[in-house]
Amino acid sequence: MNSYYFTEEHEMFRESLRTFLHKEVLPNIDQWEKEQKIPRNIWKKMGDMGFLGLSYPEKYGGMNLDFFYDVIFCEEVSKMYSGGFAISQIVVQYMSSPYILKHGSERLKEKYLPGIISGEKISCIGITEPGAGSDAQNIQTTAIKQGDYYIVNGSKTFITNAVYGDFIITVVKTDPNAGAAGVSLLVIDRNAEGVSATKLNKLGWHASDTAELAFDEVKVPAENLIGEEGQGFYYLMGGLQLERLTGAVMGYAACEEALAYSLKYMSERKAFGRPINKFQVLRHRIAQLAAEIEATKQFVLYCCRLNNDGKYAVKECSMSKLLSSELSDKVMYQCLQFFGGYGYMEEFKIARMFRDSRIGTIGGGTSEIMIDDVAYQSAAKDPIYKKTTSNSNPQKEKNIPTNDEINLNHILDKIQAGAEKAKPLGKTLKFDFGKEQLFIDGTGEKNKVSINNDDANCTIQISYEDFNNLLKGKLNPMNAVMSGKIKIKGDMSVAMKLQSLLS
Amino acid sequence: MNSEQLSVNNLANNYLWTENRGLWTENNSTMNSYYFTEEHKIFRSSVRDFLKKEVTPYIAEWEKNGEIPRSIFLKMGEMGYLGLMQEEKYGGLDVDFWYTIILNEEIARVNSGGFAASIGAHPYLALTHIKAQANEQQKEKYLIPGIQGKCIGCLAITEPSAGSDVQSIRTTAKKEGDYYIINGSKTFITNGVNSDFIVAAVKTNTTKNNGLSMIIIDRTTSGVAATKLNKLGWKASDTGEISFDDVKVPKENLLGEEGMGFFYIMQHFVLERLTMAIGGTAVSKYALEVTLQYMAERKAFGRPINKFQVLRHRIAQMASEIEMNQQFIYHLCQRFQNGDYLVKEASMAKLLSTQLSDKVTTQCLQMFGGYGFMEDYPLARMFRDSRLGTIGGGTSEIMCEIISKIIIDNNTYSKTI
Ligand SMILES: Cc1cc2nc3c(=O)[nH]c(=O)nc-3n(C[C@H](O)[C@H](O)[C@H](O)COP(=O)(O)OP(=O)(O)OC[C@H]3O[C@@H](n4cnc5c(N)ncnc54)[C@H](O)[C@@H]3O)c2cc1C
Ligand SMILES: Cc1cc2nc3c(=O)[nH]c(=O)nc-3n(C[C@H](O)[C@H](O)[C@H](O)COP(=O)(O)OP(=O)(O)OC[C@H]3O[C@@H](n4cnc5c(N)ncnc54)[C@H](O)[C@@H]3O)c2cc1C
Repeated sequence: MNSYYFTEEHEMFRESLRTFLHKEVLPNIDQWEKEQKIPRNIWKKMGDMGFLGLSYPEKYGGMNLDFFYDVIFCEEVSKMYSGGFAISQIVVQYMSSPYILKHGSERLKEKYLPGIISGEKISCIGITEPGAGSDAQNIQTTAIKQGDYYIVNGSKTFITNAVYGDFIITVVKTDPNAGAAGVSLLVIDRNAEGVSATKLNKLGWHASDTAELAFDEVKVPAENLIGEEGQGFYYLMGGLQLERLTGAVMGYAACEEALAYSLKYMSERKAFGRPINKFQVLRHRIAQLAAEIEATKQFVLYCCRLNNDGKYAVKECSMSKLLSSELSDKVMYQCLQFFGGYGYMEEFKIARMFRDSRIGTIGGGTSEIMIDDVAYQSAAKDPIYKKTTSNSNPQKEKNIPTNDEINLNHILDKIQAGAEKAKPLGKTLKFDFGKEQLFIDGTGEKNKVSINNDDANCTIQISYEDFNNLLKGKLNPMNAVMSGKIKIKGDMSVAMKLQSLLS
Repeated sequence: MNSEQLSVNNLANNYLWTENRGLWTENNSTMNSYYFTEEHKIFRSSVRDFLKKEVTPYIAEWEKNGEIPRSIFLKMGEMGYLGLMQEEKYGGLDVDFWYTIILNEEIARVNSGGFAASIGAHPYLALTHIKAQANEQQKEKYLIPGIQGKCIGCLAITEPSAGSDVQSIRTTAKKEGDYYIINGSKTFITNGVNSDFIVAAVKTNTTKNNGLSMIIIDRTTSGVAATKLNKLGWKASDTGEISFDDVKVPKENLLGEEGMGFFYIMQHFVLERLTMAIGGTAVSKYALEVTLQYMAERKAFGRPINKFQVLRHRIAQMASEIEMNQQFIYHLCQRFQNGDYLVKEASMAKLLSTQLSDKVTTQCLQMFGGYGFMEDYPLARMFRDSRLGTIGGGTSEIMCEIISKIIIDNNTYSKTI
C-alpha cells in the first residue's frame, strides 16, 4: 500500500470517473480544442453520473464526501491533455461556487447550488479587471445600492467560463472609497441586462472560453450579495487556499500524464538503432523529472490532508501551487524535447500540454504573488523566527505574564511604546476586548493610545489572550484574521497596518 | 569598530555554535503532528540539549583535529542514541524510526557534516550490516559494545578503482583452513582510521554473484594499515584509505553467506539514502534559519537586507522547496517504518535532498555577502560540507540509473533476504 490518502472506495471512484472521461471526453477533446468550446451537455452528463458536487452537502444534491474525492476529480480531469477542459470544470466546482456554499444565504444556495451539482449551470469567478490583477484590492467595478438593487458598472477580464457560463461570482466595490473594506461578492446572472462578453484569444487553454466582461448599469437584486457587504476580501482570502490547492493538483497531475505519454513514445521511437529510452542522458532526465514529480505530488497531497483536516495552511497551499506550476513548465518543456520535431506538431498532445502549462504560474495568483503574499510572510515573519531572538534572552520571556494576568493595563503598557514609535495610522483604530476597549488615534503626528470607547474607522474584536499571543509573536495577525480569532469591522486598510504597531 | 560591526560580530559569535534557537521543526508541530508525538518532541529536546552541551562547544576543535574523540561515541552510547533501532537484548532501545529521524535532524543542526558522518557511519552503515546479517556470536562481540559506543565500526566498500561500480571491487579474501587471507585496499572510508572493526566488501572464491561477500575485520589484525585523507569538507570525520596485506581473518567473521554481499549492500542502501535525505533537508532548513536571522539584522542602504524583494523571493522559493522535500521524506519515512521496500523512492529522496542542500547552502552563503566566506560564520562550513551529498552514498548519477531502470525498464526490486 503506497498511499495514505486514497482508500479502496476512492480508487473505485477514480476508476469510474476515468472510464467515463475516456469514453465521453478524451475522444472529443481535439474537436473542443479546435472549436474553443466545450458542449454544455458534458456538464450535465457528469452531473448525472454524480461526479459533481462531491464534497457539497446532500441537501443541494451533493455527496458530502471527503476532500480526497475532490483531489481525484481534479487529478483525472487534468489528465485529458487539455488544460482548458480541466480548468472549466475546476473553476465551477472549486474556484467559484464554494463562495456561495460557504458564505451565501440559504436562498442563494438553493437557487444556484443544485444547478452546479446537476451540471445544468456553469459558474465563473470574476476578480481580475483590465487594471487590477495581482493587486486585487484595487478593483474598480462598483455596485451601488439603490433600493432593493445594486447597480453594477465596470469590467472584468480573463474570466474563465464567462462567455458560455450562467452566472458570475463577481468581486465588486460596494463602497468605492473604503479600499479592501469596500469589497463585496455579488452573484450576477450572465444574461442580465447590461452584461456583455467578448471572447479572448489565448496562447493555450483553447477548450475553455475566457471572457472580457462589461457591466453597464446592471441591475442586480440586493439578495444576490454573498454574505455581508465589505467582507468580500476576506471571503476571497479564505477561498484562495482551495483555489491554490486545486491548481497544484492540476499541475502535478498533468506532469504525471506528460511523463507517461513521453515514456510511451520513447519506448517506440528509434534512433541510432535503438529505442531512444536507452540513451543515458534522456534516462537521467526522466529520472530527475520523475523524482521531482513524485516529491511535489506527495507534498501537495500532504497539503490536501491539512485542508481535509480543517487545518489552516495558507503557507503550504501557496507553496504547493508555486512548486507544482513551476514544475509543470519544466516537465512540459523537457518532455516536448523527448519528442524531437514531433513534439512541435499538433499531432502529438505534448505541444498542447506545453502551451497549456504556461498559464499555471500566472492564473490564480502569479508565482511572484504566491511568494510575496504568503510564502515569505509565513516563512520569515512567522513568530518562530522572532522567537529565536527572545530565546537568547530568557529574561525577556519572563516579563510576559501568564494568561490569567493579562488585563487592559498590561496591554496598554505593551502597545503604547510600539504604537508611539510606529508611523501614524492616519485614521482611528479600536481594539474591542469585549468588556473593555482600547482606542488608538492615529490622525495626529503620533499615534495616541487611550482606553476610550469612541467610534473608530476600524474596530478589531479580539480576546485578551489572543491579543497577548499577537504581542508575544505566537499568533500571526493574518492567520488570526482568517481563523476568526480577530474580527475586523470598518476600514480594512487600517487593520493592515496592525503589524507595524505590534513589532 | 563601529556599533554595527559590533552587532554583526556578536551575531557571528552567537551563530558560531548552534544554540537552542530557531525551532522550525517543532514550531511547525501542528503540521508535522501527523508523524511526531509528544514523546518524540521530548526526545528531540533532550537530544538538542545533549548536543548543545557535549558536542557544539567542541566542534571547532574536532574540525581542526580531523576527527571526533572516542568519548563522544561513549556518551552517545550511554544515551542510547547509537542503538535506537536495535533490539533490546543487545542493549538497543528498539523505538520507532521517527526517533532516528529526530536524532539525524538534530545532528544536522550541529553544523558539522564530518561529525554527522562519523557518528552516523557507525550505527547506520556498520551496525546495520551487523544487525541484519550477523550471527549471535558476532552480535555478542560487535553489536553489544557497538551500541554502547565502546567499539566503533566502519563500512568499507569503495576502492581506489571501484566506487559507483561496486561489482568491480578487487579486494580478495581467500579461504585457507579456518581463515580468510585478505589482500587489497579500500578508500574514502568514513571512520576508516579510528574504527575498531571494518565491515568490508571482499571477493571470496565462490563464483556465485561475482563472489562479493561481507566480512568483519578487526583493526588490530596484523596487515591492516590506514592513512587519513585530506578533504574539502567533512573535516571532523576521519576518512581513511585502508590497505590489507595478507590479513588473516577467522572464517567465523564472514557476515551472512558467501556471494551474497552485493544484495546485502543494495538492501541497506535504502536506510543509508533515507538518512542522507533526512540530513540534507535538515541542513537546508538550518541554513535558511540562520540566514533569516542574519538578514533581519544586517543592514544595507538603510534597511535590513530582508526587505529587498529579490532576496525575499529567493528565500520563499527555497523555503517552499525545503518544505516540499521535508514532507516527501516524512511520507517515505512513514512507509519505511511500515516495512515498505523503497528502492526507487529512497533514491529519489536522496537525489533531490542533496541537490537541494547544495542549492540552499550556495544561495544562503550569498545572503551573508563577504561574511559568508568567513569561517566565523556558519555558512562557509555548511557550503563545503554539503558538496559531498551528491557524491557519497551513491552519486546523483547512480540514483538516476536506479530510478530510470525502475521506471523505464520496469525493473522491480524486492527484499531478497
Ligand atoms: C486563461 C486565463 C484564465 C483566467 N481565469 C480567471 C478567472 O476565471 N477569474 C479571474 O478573476 N481571473 C482569471 N484570470 C486572471 C488571472 O488571475 C490574472 O491574470 C493574474 O492574477 C495576474 O494578474 P494580471 O494578469 O493583471 O497581471 P499583473 O498583476 O499585471 O502582473 C504582471 C506581472 O507583474 C508581477 N507582479 C505583480 N505584482 C507584483 C509584486 N508585488 N511583486 C513582484 N511582482 C509582481 C506579476 O507576478 C506578473 O509577473 C485568468 C487569466 C488567464 C490568462
Ligand atoms: C568523504 C567521503 C566519505 C565516504 N565514506 C565512505 C564509506 O564510509 N564507505 C564507503 O564504502 N565509501 C565511502 N565513500 C565513497 C563514496 O561512496 C564514493 O566516492 C561514491 O560512491 C562514488 O564513487 P567514486 O568516488 O569511485 O566515483 P566514480 O564511480 O569513479 O564516479 C565518477 C563520476 O562518474 C559518474 N558515473 C559513474 N558511473 C556512471 C554511470 N553508469 N553513468 C553515469 N555516470 C556515472 C559518477 O556519478 C561520478 O560523477 C566516501 C566518499 C567520500 C568522499
